[in-house]
Amino acid sequence: MAVSDTAEQVRPDEIKAIPVRHPGRWVAAGIVVVLGAALAKSIATNGNFQWGVIRQYFLTSQVLHAVLVTIELTVLAMAIGIVLGVLLAVMRLSPNPLVASASWLYIWFFRGTPVLVQILFWYNISALYPRFSVGIPFGPQFAHFSANTLIKTFVAGVLALGLNEGAYMAEIVRAGIISVEEGQTDAAQSLGMTRLMTMRRIVLPQAMRVIIPPTGNETISMLKTTSLVSAIALAPPELLGAVENVYDRTYQVIPLLLVASIWYLILTTVLTIGQYYLERYFGRGATRDLPETPLQRLRRNLFAFRHATVEASEAAAERR
Amino acid sequence: MSEPMVKAEQVHKSFGRLEVLKGVSLEVQPGEVVCMIGPSGSGKSTFLRCINHLERINAGRLWVDGKLVGYRQSGDKIYELRDAEVCRERAQIGMVFQRFNLFGHMTALENVIEAPIRVKKVTKRNAIAEARVLLERVGLADKVNVYPAQLSGGQQQRVAIARALAMTPKLMLFDEPTSALDPELVGEVLEVMKALAFDFQTTMIVVTHEMGFAREAADRVLMMDDGRIIEEGTPEHFFQAPREERTKQFLAAIL
Repeated sequence: MAVSDTAEQVRPDEIKAIPVRHPGRWVAAGIVVVLGAALAKSIATNGNFQWGVIRQYFLTSQVLHAVLVTIELTVLAMAIGIVLGVLLAVMRLSPNPLVASASWLYIWFFRGTPVLVQILFWYNISALYPRFSVGIPFGPQFAHFSANTLIKTFVAGVLALGLNEGAYMAEIVRAGIISVEEGQTDAAQSLGMTRLMTMRRIVLPQAMRVIIPPTGNETISMLKTTSLVSAIALAPPELLGAVENVYDRTYQVIPLLLVASIWYLILTTVLTIGQYYLERYFGRGATRDLPETPLQRLRRNLFAFRHATVEASEAAAERR
Repeated sequence: MSEPMVKAEQVHKSFGRLEVLKGVSLEVQPGEVVCMIGPSGSGKSTFLRCINHLERINAGRLWVDGKLVGYRQSGDKIYELRDAEVCRERAQIGMVFQRFNLFGHMTALENVIEAPIRVKKVTKRNAIAEARVLLERVGLADKVNVYPAQLSGGQQQRVAIARALAMTPKLMLFDEPTSALDPELVGEVLEVMKALAFDFQTTMIVVTHEMGFAREAADRVLMMDDGRIIEEGTPEHFFQAPREERTKQFLAAIL
C-alpha cells in the first residue's frame, strides 16, 4: 500500500552531517582582514590626517550652521522637485498632446544640461531678465521686481537644484504610475470615482511603493549635490563652502574636507534610516507580512533570550 | 410594461481596425438575470465594459434605465458627457471583475467604504456600518481589517462584490467572476451571486462559463460569437436543444 499506517512509524534520527569545508572562503576572509587592518593602521598613524584639526572644527558654529544650510537646501530643492515631478508626470500622461509635449520638453532641457551650469545660470539670471513682472501675459502687469533683489544666491541655488530635480522626479513618478495595474483604474471608475479622485486615492498611493526607493536615492544624491552651490558663494555658506572658507585661510585642506565628508556621511545615514521606515509604511498591503523593524527584532530577541534564561533557571530549580 | 434596465441597439465597437462588437442588440428587464456565454474574443467582456462606459461605443445606441450611456441627445445632435456626469452614471452600476481589482493598499473594509464616502458623500460612520453588514452578508465578517493580499481569491472576489453593492447599484455587471479562481473556491462566489439574484432581485448581467449557475439563477442565456449574439433562450433551451451549430460545439467543449 502506498500510505502506510502512521501510528507504527517512528520518527527517524536527525541528520548529523559533517559540513562541507570552504577553504576559499577562509583565504578570502584572511585577505580582507589583513587589508582592513593595514588601512586602519594607516588612518590612525598617518599624521597628515590631522585628527586634532578635524576635532577642532567638527562642532564649530560655522560648520554646524553650514550643516543647517545644507539641510535647508536639500529639503527645499527636494520639495520643489517632488511637487514638480508629480505635476510633470501627470502632464506627461495627459491625453492632451500639447500638455504632454510641454512636459517632455521640460524634462529634455533640464535633464540634458549640467546642474552646475544651471546653478550658474540662475545666479546670473539678472543678465538675462533684469526685471520680473506679475500680470497677464501680453496684457497689463501689476507688479515689478528687480531680479537682483528677488533671486538672491540662496534662492538661485534652491531654484537650480529644485527645477533640475523636477525633471528626474517626473520620470520616477511616471514609472510609479504606470506600474499600477489598469484594473485598479477600471475598478475605481466603475465605482463612479472621477479621474482626479482615482489618481489621488487609488493610483498614487500604490505608485508610492515604486516611487519611494528611487526618491530616497535622489534625496541622498541631492544632499551631496548641494555642495555644487559652493560655486556661487552662498552667504552663509553650505557645508563644502564653509570648510573651503576655512582652509582658504589655514591651508588645512585635507582635515577640513574630512570634516565635511564625515558630516555628509552622518546626514546620508540618517536619510537611509528614514527611507527604510517610509518604504515600510507604503509597503502595507503589498506583502503578506511587513518585515520587522530592527527595533522590533531586537525586542523579540531580548524577549526570547529572557524567556530562555527564565525557563532554564526554572528547570534547574525543579531538578534541585 | 416598465422601461428596460438595459437596452442596446446595434452596438458597434472597434479597437483600431479590429471590430469587436458587430451590432449587438438586447433588452434586459429590471430584476432579470442574464448570462452571456461564448468563446474568448467573442466580445462579451467588451460589451459589458461598454454598458458602464469603460469603453465608448462607435455606433448604435445604448441606454441604461432609459438614459443614453456616456452621451446626451438633443434633437439629432449627440453630446459627449463630462467626466463628472459619466461618473454619476457609473456610480449606479456595480461591476465585478475577473481579476477582482481590489485596491491593494486598503483593507477589506476600506475597499468597501471608499466609494460611498468619496462619491456618494455618505458619512464615514454610516459607511462603516453599512460595509460591516455587507461584508457579513458575503461571509467575511472576520476579515474586515485584512489586506487583499492576505485573502484567498474567493474571499477577494466576495469583498469585490460587497464593494460594488455598497453603492446600492440598480444594475450589477459580472465579468467572468469565477474564471480566475481555484475550482474549490468557485462555489462560495456563486452562492453570493445566487443570493443576490433570489433574495434581492438584483438586475444582473453575468459573463460566465458556469452553466450550473446559469441553469439555477439565469432567466435568460445569450450566446455570443464573433461580436454578435447568435442565440438566446432559457437555460433549459441551451441544455436541451441548442439551435446553432456553433452553440452546440461551444457547449460540448465547456460542459
